[in-house]
Amino acid sequence: MNDSHYYHAPDLARFAEVGKGAPDLWDKFQAWYGAVFAEGALSAREKALIALAVSHAVQCPYCIDAYTTASLEQGSNEEQMTEAIHVAAAIRGGASLVHGVQMRNHLERLGM
Amino acid sequence: MRVLPTLQKQRHPLASATAQRARLAEVRLPRSFEAALDGAGLFPLRATGIEVLQINLGRRCNQTCRHCHVDAGPDRTEVMPADVAEACLRVLAETAIPTLDITGGAPELHPEFRAIVARAAGLGRHVIDRCNLTITQLPNYRWIAPFLAEHRVEVTASLPYFQSRQTDAQRGEGVFEESVAALRELNALGYGRPGTGLVLNLVTNPVGAFLPPDQQAAERDWKRELERRHGIVFDRLFTITNMPISRFLEHLETKGQTEAYLTRLARGFNPAAAAGVMCRTTLSVAWDGSLYDCDFNQMLELPLGEGLARDIREFDPARLERRPIALGPHCFGCTAGAGSSCGGAVA
Repeated sequence: MNDSHYYHAPDLARFAEVGKGAPDLWDKFQAWYGAVFAEGALSAREKALIALAVSHAVQCPYCIDAYTTASLEQGSNEEQMTEAIHVAAAIRGGASLVHGVQMRNHLERLGM
Repeated sequence: MRVLPTLQKQRHPLASATAQRARLAEVRLPRSFEAALDGAGLFPLRATGIEVLQINLGRRCNQTCRHCHVDAGPDRTEVMPADVAEACLRVLAETAIPTLDITGGAPELHPEFRAIVARAAGLGRHVIDRCNLTITQLPNYRWIAPFLAEHRVEVTASLPYFQSRQTDAQRGEGVFEESVAALRELNALGYGRPGTGLVLNLVTNPVGAFLPPDQQAAERDWKRELERRHGIVFDRLFTITNMPISRFLEHLETKGQTEAYLTRLARGFNPAAAAGVMCRTTLSVAWDGSLYDCDFNQMLELPLGEGLARDIREFDPARLERRPIALGPHCFGCTAGAGSSCGGAVA
């Protein structure tokens, strides 16, 4: 175990240890997670790209490693993966900026 | 086209098969390959027959691809001698093995390539040429494509991606452009076109330390993009997993990814893929006549099992057809995910 810092790449392989505290919940999570990423109305490749983008939005380094690999293994290329994370970044940036309407509403209330 | 010195030329420690086997044995995996097979009810793994005689004509090549498990290149000198080639043809003549699969290096560089192909085709055998494409565009080798068409040889050609950056990163700068020219020439001869019977398959290995994509989905992409961008058509795409052997092992070592990649392969063990591995139906012949279960075991110098004739000149079909397969941790490369073989995914 490496406890000198919070994120440690090999810890991703120990993810299942989280199940020790609540095995039933872990099993349910596993089954649901597997079903989410199965081929469906969206392809497994599209789901991996969405996961890659969301990983950046939630800034999870484990997820970024996992879904960079998964996207490559689903046949996505660097250009497609980079565009996906720009989508995440644009939504994050837009989400900040759209709050400017709230700012403007309050300015309206306070101003003359 | 840019080429690099081979590991052998560099006197790199991993030029040695013994050093490669030792490095692979050091990696701590969740379980051994034998244990994985046992868990799937497949141990000991045995051959089920010999449907493909795969002959490696030598290690000379005009390219030095970064993932090459042969460590082939222009500075290699190993070439199959005439008596070994003759023994391979004699085995074909004396058995009903339906397919001769010719590989290398660039097999077309062998001085007797044309004679070997013509005689095997004359015996009524299906002949496959594992072609790197660019060899067909060299001035002294412009005969290759028309010759292959004349003898109706199946061409299985390497092209890791339908864009130049990824292709050149793996196979050398300038390879993509010359590969496109070669594919256009093959198409003009009828290869890959419906109704001609001239089969053109492409092979893609991942450009890095990850598993190949779904073969069917990738084939759809390749067909759409190669036709749209370059007007190129082909029959099938084979996805092949990079083997942690020779230059790809050296690449993994350089990147510090050996443990992670082998673990990825081991965790991806698929019993269905294991049941269909190519070594069960293939016999591999090295340039010097020695026999192996596959081209990968050949490069790792992992010999056939005890008590078996180990040279094509002592070919004993009755014992070889049901032989136990020699195994190692690299075998996880053929059983991960959808599996991998010279004919692509197996599960």
